[in-house]
Amino acid sequence: MAESVRQLGALMRKEFLLEWRQRYALNGMLLYIVGAVFVCYLSFSARRGLLTPIVWNTLFWIILLFTAINAIAKSFVQERAGRLLYYYTLASPQQIILSKILYNIVLMLALAGLGFVVYAFVLGNPVQDVLLYLLSLALGAIGFAASLTLIAGIASKAENSATLMAVLSFPIVLPLLLMLLRVSKNAIDGLDRSVSWDEIGIVLAIDAIVLALSWMLFPFLWRS
Amino acid sequence: MKNSWWKILAVAILTYTVFWGILGKVPRQPILNESIRNVYFHVPLWFGMTTLLLTSAIFSIRYLRSGLADHDRIAVEFANTGIVFGLLGCATGSVWANFTWGEPWPNDPKLNGAAVAMLLYFAYLILRGSFDDEQRRARISAVYNIFAFAVFVPLIFILPRLTDSLHPGNGGNPAFGQYDMNSQMRMVFYPAVIGFTLLGVWITELRVRLSRIRAVVEE
Repeated sequence: MAESVRQLGALMRKEFLLEWRQRYALNGMLLYIVGAVFVCYLSFSARRGLLTPIVWNTLFWIILLFTAINAIAKSFVQERAGRLLYYYTLASPQQIILSKILYNIVLMLALAGLGFVVYAFVLGNPVQDVLLYLLSLALGAIGFAASLTLIAGIASKAENSATLMAVLSFPIVLPLLLMLLRVSKNAIDGLDRSVSWDEIGIVLAIDAIVLALSWMLFPFLWRS
Repeated sequence: MKNSWWKILAVAILTYTVFWGILGKVPRQPILNESIRNVYFHVPLWFGMTTLLLTSAIFSIRYLRSGLADHDRIAVEFANTGIVFGLLGCATGSVWANFTWGEPWPNDPKLNGAAVAMLLYFAYLILRGSFDDEQRRARISAVYNIFAFAVFVPLIFILPRLTDSLHPGNGGNPAFGQYDMNSQMRMVFYPAVIGFTLLGVWITELRVRLSRIRAVVEE
């Protein structure tokens, strides 16, 4: 147990080091979300507080969804096949997928946090219950990372992986996205938190299902 | 003959369903009127689709455990038939919605869930199309198929029940069985479910045999 935790730590450390040494990818993602937010801001030519809360919320989640798909799509294409093979001789496939998911969760948390700050800065912040909104962002980051990492693994095996990544992931993340939209809308309206427990429960359940499936199915994926 | 009794049964049941579905007596309900007969076609198609997709997912699991190309073949053909049933279910539901809810595709969580489920399985077919190597295609699409079914279940059966929905059985509405169907309708409805499912299995069986023959011919 302690051994596998140590290996997991090493794999995580490798992911962070890799990202740090190839900073252009990380900076690219950060610029991507800031750019997307700014494009939306200019396209709506919205002065602060002009968007209705529903539009404000939906727009933000859609930006986040596309950022997530783009950011996570590169989890498996960043490294060459030979090097991946080398990892597989060192660690079990479960550890590899888990380290990738954990790393993507951290990445998504950072991107979502940055996105939220920039978005609220340029388009105004109608959120009344900020804590709940941040919770929904965190749940979203976990859910996106968990479900998209396996999809990225699937798509990277195919020939035109960029289109495939989008096509495969839209329907998969949709239930999650709808639930998150509802929780975050409750947070914007400042409704009592007890209203949102149901949705949060479902988001957690979906996250759990997706994590369990990634854990079970990834060994079959990497063998090919 | 010994092995084809269920095909005869399917034909018999479906003939019975079509005739009694159109000619039999139905209770008069406000708004629904005669369109209640669609219960014999729309609902069994969805039941059939769920069964077919579940079977497809089971065969994908079996493929991952066994590695036999035949299991993959069966899984994809079950998914194909499931998609056809789903499209037919959408079409019949759309006709029904047009008469009872006033528009063919109202913005309703159940309907949108169904549309997304279709997207999910179209994506499965596209994924299959993007591999040349057969073993690789089989293994990776099996992984996606299992994943897709796990998302399909909450999408169709859990999420619509949580929100307001026009669709019976969702959003606090009673399902059809509780109030609207009398025992005469049940005598048609339950056989119809079995009949359509058998028909789906039959279509799948033919397609599987065809694809087996193709595989042999190509070799």
